[in-house]
Amino acid sequence: MKKNLTCIVCPLGCLLEVEQEGNEVVSVEGNGCKRGRDYAVTECTNPQRVITTTVRTQDGYIIPVKTDKAIPKSMIFECMRDINSLCPDGQNGYTVGDILCRNILGTDANVVVCADVRKV
Amino acid sequence: MRNVDLVIIGGGPAGMCAAVSAYNAGVENILILERDSHLGGILQQCIHNGFGLHRYKEELTGPEYAFRCEAELRKLPVEVQCNTMVTDISPEKMITAMSSERGIEKIGAKAIILAMGCRERSKGALNIPGTRPSGIFSAGTAQKYVNMMGYMPGKNVVILGSGDIGLIMARRMTLEGARVHAVCEVMPYSGGLARNIQQCLNDFDIPLYLSHTVTEIHGEHRIEGVTISEVDEKMKPIQGTERFIECDTLLLSVGLIPENELSRSAGLNLDSVTKGCFVDQNRETEIEGVFACGNVLHVHDLADFVSEEGEIAGESAALYIRNELKKSMHVPVVTDGKIRYSVPQIVTDNTKNIRLYYRAGAVFSDVKVNVLADGVVVNSVKKKKLVPGEMQYIELKANSVSENTAEIKVCIDKE
Repeated sequence: MKKNLTCIVCPLGCLLEVEQEGNEVVSVEGNGCKRGRDYAVTECTNPQRVITTTVRTQDGYIIPVKTDKAIPKSMIFECMRDINSLCPDGQNGYTVGDILCRNILGTDANVVVCADVRKV
Repeated sequence: MRNVDLVIIGGGPAGMCAAVSAYNAGVENILILERDSHLGGILQQCIHNGFGLHRYKEELTGPEYAFRCEAELRKLPVEVQCNTMVTDISPEKMITAMSSERGIEKIGAKAIILAMGCRERSKGALNIPGTRPSGIFSAGTAQKYVNMMGYMPGKNVVILGSGDIGLIMARRMTLEGARVHAVCEVMPYSGGLARNIQQCLNDFDIPLYLSHTVTEIHGEHRIEGVTISEVDEKMKPIQGTERFIECDTLLLSVGLIPENELSRSAGLNLDSVTKGCFVDQNRETEIEGVFACGNVLHVHDLADFVSEEGEIAGESAALYIRNELKKSMHVPVVTDGKIRYSVPQIVTDNTKNIRLYYRAGAVFSDVKVNVLADGVVVNSVKKKKLVPGEMQYIELKANSVSENTAEIKVCIDKE
């Protein structure tokens, strides 16, 4: 079976033509780099996405966060629910890379802070 | 009044990177004026990832990208003055700025870098018949509400325009529990990046209606719905195709315009296509010693290219201050219309390779993009696909043109 995908690894957005036999990817064409091939294989077997969102802290700051790895696409909404229930109380503000939640939903991804927040 | 060697107006990625490169090129007395309370510009509200793949070779979110730029800047003795609004620039490079802390002040500069960025187009809204209820936002405003203030503008959303901010907001609102019923694009192609169509719309089964627009807004106090219609090739709504979609929120993502009020006050002319200044390969404007970079010059798709342009402007400003900026010619760069524009618009020196950034005016496949010097091909690149939503560049190689060249042209040839 042949499938067309748009690569989302970088802004070039290469058009990929993937040939699949059952669950196995047998060929990928149209990718401009190796990462495109890897993307095509994961996308066809176990599609994954990085989640970027925000968290409201106990004292009312809105801070940008992301998962530091891609998580299975099917778990996006479950993961959003868990992230939205986080309510950190960083006494001394937040620094880029601070981990707010380890191994979210057993995905091996951590929820990390994306901006420096200094309390005023 | 005080005097500064280099004043940079705007502390987004263009301004910050310009400051770093100017300092590294030898300018010690640099002042960044930023009207917001923090550096980073629009990156702070762009919490999605995809930034920095070119520059940092990894995928960062907007705030992380801003953090890296700021960290580089803060290592240097560059003065940053936030909460400061520049109200005027004179052709003699006298800046008028105001802040509640310092009042109105005059700052004389040897060189100025314009890095004010862009703002959202709102004109699209005016052309829609119907009522004017609440619940209509520009996509960027909605982005600020959701990502920085933690406030959801609505639950049932229609988005007009398929620019990247609109696509990103379709996903963002969906993640936070809203239903995005439709993204309407008046053109037969999307203005956003292909990857955003995939990861922001297709991932969540959000329909994209190409060649469609909003033809009526309904609702008295709060918006209650919109009528969307298909449009013909002249972008006129086709009768009989109207469809009502219930919604409580309409987001407009209908393009960005460089914010050039200050450039105009300095007496600079604006390119009618880019809506930015005319610049040469050093990003120097028509006023000597005044440079422009980033989205104030032409709207970019990628922050990485904004940073790169900031670096060009910063280095050039340093050369200008030392009186070492080379100018040996004045050759205009024009395009054929299929290519909508190219930046720089003027070449004043060709001892080095110059990247000519351009944008196609429509979708083209399997074409050659050529650079002509007085009709002779000096560089040519094959392109599988060109779309208006993706800025490209082609090199004008060193010594391709001379002071006798009348014109450089960037154009498309069918293969």
